[in-house]
Amino acid sequence: MSASHIVVDHASKVFQSGGREVVALKDIALEIPQGQFVCLLGPSGCGKSTLLNAIAGFAPPSSGQILVDGAAVTAPGPERGMVFQEYALFPWMTVAENIAFGLQIKGLPKAQIAQVVDKLLAMLSLSDFRARYPKDLSGGMRQRVAIARVLALDSPIMLMDEPFGALDALTRRNLQDELLRLWAELKKTIIFVTHSIEEAIYLADRIVVMTYRPGTVKRDLMVALPRGRDPAALEFNALKRELGQLVMEEQQRHHSDELRMAAVD
Amino acid sequence: MANANGQGRAKWRGQLRDTAVGLVVPVLVIALWQAVAMLGWVNPQVLPSPLAVLEKWIAYLLPQQPYDAAAGMSWLAWAVSGELITDAIGSLYRVLAGFVIGAGLALPMGLAMGAQPRVYAWLNPLVQLLRPIPPIAYIPLSILWFGLGNPPAIFLIALGAFFPVLMNTIAGVRQVDGIYLRAARNLGASGGTLFLRVILPAAVPYILSGVRIGIGTAFIVVIVSEMIAVNNGLGFRILEAREYFWSDKIIAGMISIGLIGLAIDVGMNKLNNYLLRWHRGLEN
Repeated sequence: MSASHIVVDHASKVFQSGGREVVALKDIALEIPQGQFVCLLGPSGCGKSTLLNAIAGFAPPSSGQILVDGAAVTAPGPERGMVFQEYALFPWMTVAENIAFGLQIKGLPKAQIAQVVDKLLAMLSLSDFRARYPKDLSGGMRQRVAIARVLALDSPIMLMDEPFGALDALTRRNLQDELLRLWAELKKTIIFVTHSIEEAIYLADRIVVMTYRPGTVKRDLMVALPRGRDPAALEFNALKRELGQLVMEEQQRHHSDELRMAAVD
Repeated sequence: MANANGQGRAKWRGQLRDTAVGLVVPVLVIALWQAVAMLGWVNPQVLPSPLAVLEKWIAYLLPQQPYDAAAGMSWLAWAVSGELITDAIGSLYRVLAGFVIGAGLALPMGLAMGAQPRVYAWLNPLVQLLRPIPPIAYIPLSILWFGLGNPPAIFLIALGAFFPVLMNTIAGVRQVDGIYLRAARNLGASGGTLFLRVILPAAVPYILSGVRIGIGTAFIVVIVSEMIAVNNGLGFRILEAREYFWSDKIIAGMISIGLIGLAIDVGMNKLNNYLLRWHRGLEN
């Protein structure tokens, strides 16, 4: 058990919503080895973001615990860098300043920060944008900056909360390829939340399908397709159909739950 | 290049047209005013003609004595020795001194109240009680406390600038988007760094709009306070002119107040655009 990099040890999360008790996560147990690319997949409300936030340390589980290299997670920290769907770039900082921020907090010398920033700007094709403010960038460019900002921390783990959800299809594919390239090169452990089945199959070593309230693991499977995956291939689509079935069942439960709650109100 | 040039010319022409359109109504109003005065419909003591006001304004602006090198005065000092310039400098000095004191106290207090719920709980009831009292209502007390001259005026101006800056700073700090805080904490920021590099810059748009309202209030209060406690400044001058029935000078003084207010606003706007060059709302 201690051989695993990240351990979700029977984590549950309960919170209050409008006087009702909502069980967002129920007894989740996962072990993730170093370097694995894991996608958490499910409809909205299945607790996948709650689980990611718990691993990030933003909202600890109500019971159970999260261990990283054997140590319990109690607070957010730079060893678990997070990429948000809303980019969350600091709009008052330029691209280069955003990337440098985490390094300045670490207290690295200026010359070293400049070196890392230059390297990352080049790695993510951002060199021409270093002095721009986020408002002047497209969504895809903003997300590149957010990825560079997390990579700057050189953390072994990268947490991604539907990072490409707001992007158009072409930009999205482009960034997925970029992410796979970086992952192969830098050997990070990635936990990636998505509700896109195709995205999960395209990216992941392993897909964890979650159930709608309470959030549990519905299916935990390895993607056996060789890398350089083709979304038009037969095997790809077979897997897509299988996962689609699973996700749709949960989507149905989500929908009937919404109808029931509307009826109560 | 040629294209950029063409665009620049088109933009310039657009600005010229906007300026021309903007001038139509003021020119019409002044023409009507001049016509009313020339036709003798109103007593010039009650409403002097615009030309008379302009004449007075120029006299008010220019030095009162002819230049005399022998008196040992430099030419520049002579050139700004006009009554209007002395008055304007006097008023602006009070605005600046009062604003710096008022905003200088409001900013740290607002940051503390915005960031610390406990400080907010302690101070907010008093703030809410004092805030609706207009600075003008403090005039009697200010004279009792500070006598006559600049001190009571600066006190009133500081009071007028204090509350807008305070309220906006509190709101700015409290309304920082949680996503920035989460991202910063994820990147390892905490305590002072989180405050100085994330919360404070995120609150700057609010703080600046408070500063702008504060300067506007300071400018209103300076005119009023000069009418009661000081013997120079634009407010003093138009009250003095009233004593002598110099209605042309009253209007010349009012126009000067309008021009200076406009200049301050334009300056604030430029500062705003520079400090908020990163802000999404200012794209154009």
